[in-house]
Amino acid sequence: MTLKDTLEETYAALSANKTRSGLTVLGIVIGISSVIALVSIGQGATASITSSVQSLGSNLLIITPGAPRTAGGFGASLGRGNAKTLTEADADALLAVSNVAAVASEVSGRYQVTAKGTNTNTTVDGVTSSYASIKNLQIDQGNFISDQQNTSLAKVAVIGPTTMTDLFGTDAQAADAIGQAIRIKGVEFKIIGVTVAKGGSGFTNADDMIYIPALTAQRFLSGDKYLTTIDVQAATADSMTQAQSDITDLLLTRHNISDSTQADFSVLNQADILASVSSITTTLTLLLGAIAGISLLVGGIGIMNMMLTTVTERTREIGLRKAIGAKKSDISRQFLIEAIALTLVGGVIGILLGSGISLAVNLTGLVTTSISFTAIALAFGVSAAIGIIFGWYPASRAAALNPIEALRYE
Amino acid sequence: MIAIKNITKNYGHGDTEFQALKGVSFDIEDGEFVAIMGPSGSGKSTLMHILGCLDTPTSGTYHLDGKDISKLSDEELAEIRKDKIGFVFQSFNLLPRTTVLRNVMLPLIYAGVGESEREARATKSLGDVGLPATHFLHKSNELSGGQIQRVAIARSLVNNPSLILADEPTGNLDTKTGEIVLGTFQKLNKEGGRTIILITHEHDVAEHAKRIITLRDGLIISDVQNHKQKIAHVSHEVQTS
Repeated sequence: MTLKDTLEETYAALSANKTRSGLTVLGIVIGISSVIALVSIGQGATASITSSVQSLGSNLLIITPGAPRTAGGFGASLGRGNAKTLTEADADALLAVSNVAAVASEVSGRYQVTAKGTNTNTTVDGVTSSYASIKNLQIDQGNFISDQQNTSLAKVAVIGPTTMTDLFGTDAQAADAIGQAIRIKGVEFKIIGVTVAKGGSGFTNADDMIYIPALTAQRFLSGDKYLTTIDVQAATADSMTQAQSDITDLLLTRHNISDSTQADFSVLNQADILASVSSITTTLTLLLGAIAGISLLVGGIGIMNMMLTTVTERTREIGLRKAIGAKKSDISRQFLIEAIALTLVGGVIGILLGSGISLAVNLTGLVTTSISFTAIALAFGVSAAIGIIFGWYPASRAAALNPIEALRYE
Repeated sequence: MIAIKNITKNYGHGDTEFQALKGVSFDIEDGEFVAIMGPSGSGKSTLMHILGCLDTPTSGTYHLDGKDISKLSDEELAEIRKDKIGFVFQSFNLLPRTTVLRNVMLPLIYAGVGESEREARATKSLGDVGLPATHFLHKSNELSGGQIQRVAIARSLVNNPSLILADEPTGNLDTKTGEIVLGTFQKLNKEGGRTIILITHEHDVAEHAKRIITLRDGLIISDVQNHKQKIAHVSHEVQTS
């Protein structure tokens, strides 16, 4: 029996009961398309979270103070990040470490900000000039803070677009905001620049920020000589781990700490954040895929159910085919190919539908989906495998029928 | 051509064991037209299954074209059925929703015959049973009973078998169309030299054969040449209906 004959027989058999074949195929279509759509949504979410972590800056190491040390280990801990251990001198010293490309100091805090009758509460970040390049911050209008403004304790501010609309109304133009005065903690600052909208980055909203010179922040806002964060940009992605350990060693020496477990600061590697974020999203994608996989399994059982019904209905036909010389292998191949044809048709339609759903989700703008060819290949392979696995049992039942009994079957 | 010796067939085991054939022997030569007759329970269906290589005997030997096939495996029996035997059933067993031509070609598909030769041989078989060419592309469920059975006969002929086995071929037909079918067998036997075994419980049908073997309770009670062979009376207008 040639392949062409087999395919003709398969077409004739499946088209004989189009409704039933169609409904069986639908089960596979739903299974395959949901695998593709859900996995592409999951992967799209992974990609968008990863890119927002990367938008924090590239090759970034973030140094934050540790918990304040309490004498003898007793007393209430104030928690990590609250100690005042990092100074401008630490930041300057880090510039000498090899593989460090740039260092920016931050003195941040939340303050009430007022401007001409409106007010808001937002994060005020005292920064040095290199902050903009390290954090990929783009200036829409005006300029970012310069080193000269920092050393001269200039009372100037660069504001994010969200802060701008909060203070000056939703139709405020960045160009008009420049030169306006705002008061932070009662101190008047002049706006010299507005940043480009960056979008939320998961942890903090870079658009709802006010940047002022770091030394100005220390003098007028925090009132001490300490830094809340030091941002370090490593020279290359490969040198991040080396830079991280060099920075740790240097700061331990500068802070006279011999035991690294007692460090009064911590160095966070951007790659670590990425790794933990992507492990979460990968798990979510797998979860979505697994849920969709269950519907694929149900679709496969639908195929087996239909094939078993078909074998029973066509018992006499099987008997006749055997009587005129069909071997067991001819019969089992015929039914197996029918099952595989159903799943492959379902698989192709499912891939098209799943890709369509994924593109439609993309158009809504909620999640940027990415159709993965791995998912398509996997779904196609799984549908073929389902055809073989769930088609095998009915096919072997058909092949094992006794021709005499099959011919007598009513 | 066919030689069976002391064929027995037992069904079941122990207390429920039942012997359907109790030692049957006969020879059938090329070109014979034999009716195997007997009431139900006589063992004629069992004998037909063995002759048709659908089943093997419990004991005894069966030689078809000189080859002992009483001990073959299922797969080897399938080969023999494909090459040497054509079946005609009481309930026709054509594939529904399938054209006449494709139904007749079905055995050739399993025999691996090429596509163009298949069609030529199927057309010739259909011509031999007298089915008008206008009906070749009709679906099998659009034909009348007599036409359906002639399509089934054409299907049994198409692989050029040594033996045509017809199991109650007129059982589902009225007398008139039954005559057409029996006439077709007589014509194939007389003009084509086909060997035909007709299994029936009706004496009137058996009378159309040249030799009648009668079975009762698993044994042959008579095996005679039928000198008064009844010739099926078929008028032309009935044949094409």
